[in-house]
Amino acid sequence: MSEAAAVDTHGQGAVVIDQLEPSLTPGNLGKLGMWTFLAADAMTFGAGIAAYGALRIGNPNWPSPSDYLGITTTAIMTFILICSSVTMVESLSGIQRGDQSRFRLFMALTVLGGVAFLGLQAHEWHDLLGAKGMSVKRDLFDATFFILTGFHGCHVFGGVVYNSVLLIRGLMGKLPQAKAGLVEVAGLYWHFVDLVWILIFTFIYLI
Amino acid sequence: MTTQAAVSGHEVHEEHAEPNYIAVFIYLSVLTGIELGVYAIGLPQFAKVGLLIALAWAKAVLVAMYFMHLAMERRGLWVIAITPVLLLTFLCLMLLPDLTTRMWTKFDHKIKVTNPAEMGANPVAPPPEQAPPAANN
Repeated sequence: MSEAAAVDTHGQGAVVIDQLEPSLTPGNLGKLGMWTFLAADAMTFGAGIAAYGALRIGNPNWPSPSDYLGITTTAIMTFILICSSVTMVESLSGIQRGDQSRFRLFMALTVLGGVAFLGLQAHEWHDLLGAKGMSVKRDLFDATFFILTGFHGCHVFGGVVYNSVLLIRGLMGKLPQAKAGLVEVAGLYWHFVDLVWILIFTFIYLI
Repeated sequence: MTTQAAVSGHEVHEEHAEPNYIAVFIYLSVLTGIELGVYAIGLPQFAKVGLLIALAWAKAVLVAMYFMHLAMERRGLWVIAITPVLLLTFLCLMLLPDLTTRMWTKFDHKIKVTNPAEMGANPVAPPPEQAPPAANN
């Protein structure tokens, strides 16, 4: 109802008063949706990390992470994720300027970064579950580790699929410059996954 | 959609200047390097934890501000972005009473000490009353 009113006043050349709440993300409603989703997702991760912290602080016998978790692989994974965030912004910058080949190249690199991250994580888990004898059923240290890193890994996998879909659409020529907003929204998700990993890397591995 | 464009049309296609992504990348890499350094040198635990958390938040803020463009967005969007941070701070504060009281009594109730013999003898507590209901009928 208020929409119609706003259109009419505008049509008559009258001064347009704020009859609608102006969008927080003018021109790209998907961005608003993604931010809302990410706020909820951040709560899920935050609750998981807070639970981990509470269990750890409350237990005087909690082992030191460095007894089990090496950080060499993980530091490389962190670096890969940061690099893939940079390729993501370059990819967005490409499609915003109508440079399709730049978009495709950097989006392919972003997908590659995600796949490399997942490969290294699989390698790390294989080592921890096999040689180190960790298991999600063994104790709370192991359970919180596998749940938090696993939940994050699922997000990376989701991001790889998400970015791959955009890359394939781009390769098929179905992602014109006008649809750059889709890449921006996907970028928000991907950077969020990077952001969460920064925190997980610190809280699970380093501290 | 059209209405929205009509209302705020003059600010829809405002092209904001791109931040210097390579500079952000260098900052993130350097901060990660400092984190690894703090991890490697033997600082006292509280200093190490404090420094690492501060460095992690600095990196997270860099990603949100520049890669996620929060620095160039409308201030209103910050309300959404800041909400989980505030709620999670509140969640951590709510956990504190439980943790502090547990720390006081940790010598009385050691969490690690469980008696395997008891657990083996009685792995699942049976329901308290399993009297056959037919007795009353």
